Amino acid sequence: MPRETIYEAKIEYLQILDEDGNLDKKLAKGSLSDEQVLELYEQMWIYRQFDEIAFKLQRSGRMGTYPQNKGQEANAAGSALAMVRGTDWVVPSYRENLAMHMHGMPYHHILMHWMGDERGNMIPDGVKMLPLSVPIGTHMLHAAGIGWAMKIRGEEAAAITYFGDGATSEGDFHGAMNFASVMQAPVIFFCQNNHWAISVPTDQQMNSQTVAQKALAYDMPTIRVDGNDIFAVYLAVKEARERAVSGGGPSFIEGLTYRLGDHTTADDARRYRDADEVEAWAEKDPLIRTRKYLVSKDLWDDEKQELLGERATKIVGEIVKAAEGVREPATAEFFDSMFAELPRDLAEQRDSMRTSSIGINPGQVGLSAQPERV
Amino acid sequence: MMTTAYTPDMSLITDDVHPALGHWELPHFAEEHELPPRDGAPGQERVIQFREALREAMSEEMRRDQRIFLCGEEVAQYNGAYKVSQGMLEEFGEKRIIDTPISENGFAGMAIGAAMMGLKPIVEFMSWSFSLVAADPILNNAPKMLYMSGGQWGCPIVFRGNDGAGGQLGSTHSWCVEGLYANIPGLKMVIPSNPYDAKGLLKTAIRDPDPVFFLESERMLGDRAHVPAEEYYIPFGRARRVREGDACTLVSWGRPVNFCIEACEKLAENGIECDLLDMRTIRPLDIDSIVASLKKTGRVVVVDQSWPFGSVASETITQICEHGFDWLDSAPVRVNTRDVPTPYARGLEHAYLPNAERVVEAVLRIVEV
Ligand SMILES: Cc1ncc(C[n+]2csc(CCOP(=O)(O)OP(=O)(O)O)c2C)c(N)n1
Ligand SMILES: [Mg+2]
Repeated sequence: MPRETIYEAKIEYLQILDEDGNLDKKLAKGSLSDEQVLELYEQMWIYRQFDEIAFKLQRSGRMGTYPQNKGQEANAAGSALAMVRGTDWVVPSYRENLAMHMHGMPYHHILMHWMGDERGNMIPDGVKMLPLSVPIGTHMLHAAGIGWAMKIRGEEAAAITYFGDGATSEGDFHGAMNFASVMQAPVIFFCQNNHWAISVPTDQQMNSQTVAQKALAYDMPTIRVDGNDIFAVYLAVKEARERAVSGGGPSFIEGLTYRLGDHTTADDARRYRDADEVEAWAEKDPLIRTRKYLVSKDLWDDEKQELLGERATKIVGEIVKAAEGVREPATAEFFDSMFAELPRDLAEQRDSMRTSSIGINPGQVGLSAQPERV
Repeated sequence: MMTTAYTPDMSLITDDVHPALGHWELPHFAEEHELPPRDGAPGQERVIQFREALREAMSEEMRRDQRIFLCGEEVAQYNGAYKVSQGMLEEFGEKRIIDTPISENGFAGMAIGAAMMGLKPIVEFMSWSFSLVAADPILNNAPKMLYMSGGQWGCPIVFRGNDGAGGQLGSTHSWCVEGLYANIPGLKMVIPSNPYDAKGLLKTAIRDPDPVFFLESERMLGDRAHVPAEEYYIPFGRARRVREGDACTLVSWGRPVNFCIEACEKLAENGIECDLLDMRTIRPLDIDSIVASLKKTGRVVVVDQSWPFGSVASETITQICEHGFDWLDSAPVRVNTRDVPTPYARGLEHAYLPNAERVVEAVLRIVEV
C-alpha cells in the first residue's frame, strides 16, 4: 500500500515594477506598452482626486458613508485594462470604482449611489457590469453565474469579480469558487488583499499564508501579485483572461495592496493600526512608483503633471456638478421600479401615500388623490 | 439461520427534557410594580445611553456566569462596530469577547454548537441585515433543536444586533427582520424601545434557556435615559403601558414606540388621549394587555416598522380580531413601512418609514372627535 504525496502545490508571486519604479524588463514582456502606462497613470491620478473629493463631500454633509479606494488604484486599473470593455463582465464590490469607470460606469453615477440615489446604479447601454455590491461576498456567486451563462451561450468573453480579503471568509466565496471550477466557467476571481477588513487584520481573518492558496482547493490557476504594480496586475489578468476565453476555466488572482484610507468615512483607522505601517505602505503607493517609472523613461515631467492636475480638478468638478444636479427622486416614485407593471395593491399604496394604512384610498378620507411629491 | 431479536434500550428515552433548563438558573421575574422605578429620584438620575444599557446587561451576566461569551464581527478589538461592547475585551479577555472572521453563517452555526456544549453565546450581528447569509443556522437549526431532539437538546443562545433602517444605508443594509423571522416557531423575539427596558430585557434574554432574537436599532443606541444600577429582569410577554387614555389603543414595539409617544403628545393637544402599549417582546405577544385596553377604547392602531404584508402588525390585528372582536368599534388600522425596499435617499427613507405624522393621521381617521 502506498503512503505518498499525491498533491503538491506552489504559489507564485509576481512583481514587475518595484516601489522605486524599477522595471524587470524580462518579466514585463507581454505586459503594458508605454502608452498604456501613461493612460493608466492618468486614470489612477484622476481617480485619486475623485476619491479625495468624495471624501470631502461626505465630510461636508453632501454625501452618505463613502469607502475610499485610495492606495488600491493599481489593482483596479491594471485589471480593468486587461479585460475587454463592452465584452467582458465586471462584477464589483465597493473598492473598484476606477475599474467600473474604465469599463463605462460614469463617475457621477458612483457619486449618486453614495449620495443615496438608486438611479446611480443604472448601467449605461453597452456596459457589461453589475451595480457595486456591499453585502460581503454575495456577488461572487453572480459572477460565477454570469460566467456559466457565457459558456452556455458560447460567448468569447470572461467575467471578473472583485472582493476583499475579508470576503474570503464567507461561505458564498467558496460556493462561487467551487461552482466556477466545476462548471469551468470563464471567471476571474480578483481578491483585493488590502490587509484589513475594517479593524480585523488578515492574519486574524484567516490562518492561510496567502489568499491565493485558497484557489488550490478548487484546482484553479492562482497567483499572488504585487497589487500596487500595474504591470504585474495587468499581466496576471491578461493571462487569466486568455485562459478563460479559450476554455481554460476560472482563475484566481490575489492583488496584494493596502487600504491607505479608513475603512469608510464612518471609521477612524488610527484607533487600531500603527501609523508606521501606513507610512511604510504609503511609500509603496502605486501612483508614486508609476510616475517614477515614467519619469525615468522621459515620458513624464513636472509640467505634464501640472497639466494633469488642472485637468483632474476640472473633470472632478464636473462630476460633482453632474451628480448634484440630478433632480431629487420624488417620494411616490419609489413604487415605480417595483414590478414590470405596477400591481393594483401597490398602485393603491402609491395613491394613498398621504394616508397611513395600506389600501385606503385618499378619496375615502377626504384627501385628493395626488401622489405626494417632496 | 439465527435471528437476533431487537431489544430497544428504553432507558435512553427519558422524560428528562431540556438539559439547558436544569443548568440555567432562572432569575426572579418581577411584576411591573416590583421593578426598580423607571425614573431616578430627582438629582439621582443615572442617565446612560441605550448602548451602555446593553453593555451593562451583558457585563453583569458575564461576571456572574463564566459560560457566557460574546462573539461577532468587530466586537473585541474595535469595541463593536457601534460601540456596544466598548471595554468588554479589556474586562473579559479574548476568550470571552471574540472577533470572528466575516462569516455570519460560520459564527452563528459554531455558536449553536457551543450552546449545545453548555456554553451561552451572545452572537452579535453587526446588522440583522447580515444575518440573512446565516439563515440556516439561525432559522433552521437553533429554533428547532429542542423539537427535533425530542425535547432533549435546547439551544440557549442570544442573537442580537441592529435592526431596521439605520439612516441612509440603502435597501440591503436596512432590514427589519421581525416580519420574516417572527414567523418561525421555537424562537423568542425581543424588541426594546428604550434604555431601561433594553437592560432588563437583555438580562432576561441571556438567562433564557431558548434561542432569543434581540433586535436593537442603530438609531436608538445613543438614546439616553435613567437606567438603575441594580440588576433587574423584565419578563417576556408583558407589554408596558406607556401612556394612559381612552380614545384609542396604540400598539407598537421598538423604535416606532417613540414615534407613537410623539404622536400621543400631538393628539393630546387636541384632547385625544391614547392608550399606548409597548409590547417589548413580540414572541411571546401580550395579546391580553391589548384586549384589556381595547375594552376601554374600542379602537386600535398598530405601528410596525416592517413591511405590511404578513407582518407582525398583521398578526397582531388577527389576534385582536380573534380575541377582541366584540370590543372593536372600528376596523383596526396598521401603520407599516411602504411596500418597497428601503430607499437610500434621506427624504425617501423618511416617507417610507412610519413616523409620528402618519400615526396621528391613522388615529384621527378612526377616533370620533
Ligand atoms: C454579509 C455582510 N457582513 C458584514 C458586513 C459589514 N462589513 C462591511 S465591509 C466589511 C469588511 C470587509 O473586508 P474586506 O472583504 O477585506 O474588504 P475591504 O473593505 O477591505 O475592501 C464588513 C465586515 C457586510 N457588509 N456584509
Ligand atoms: Mg480588506
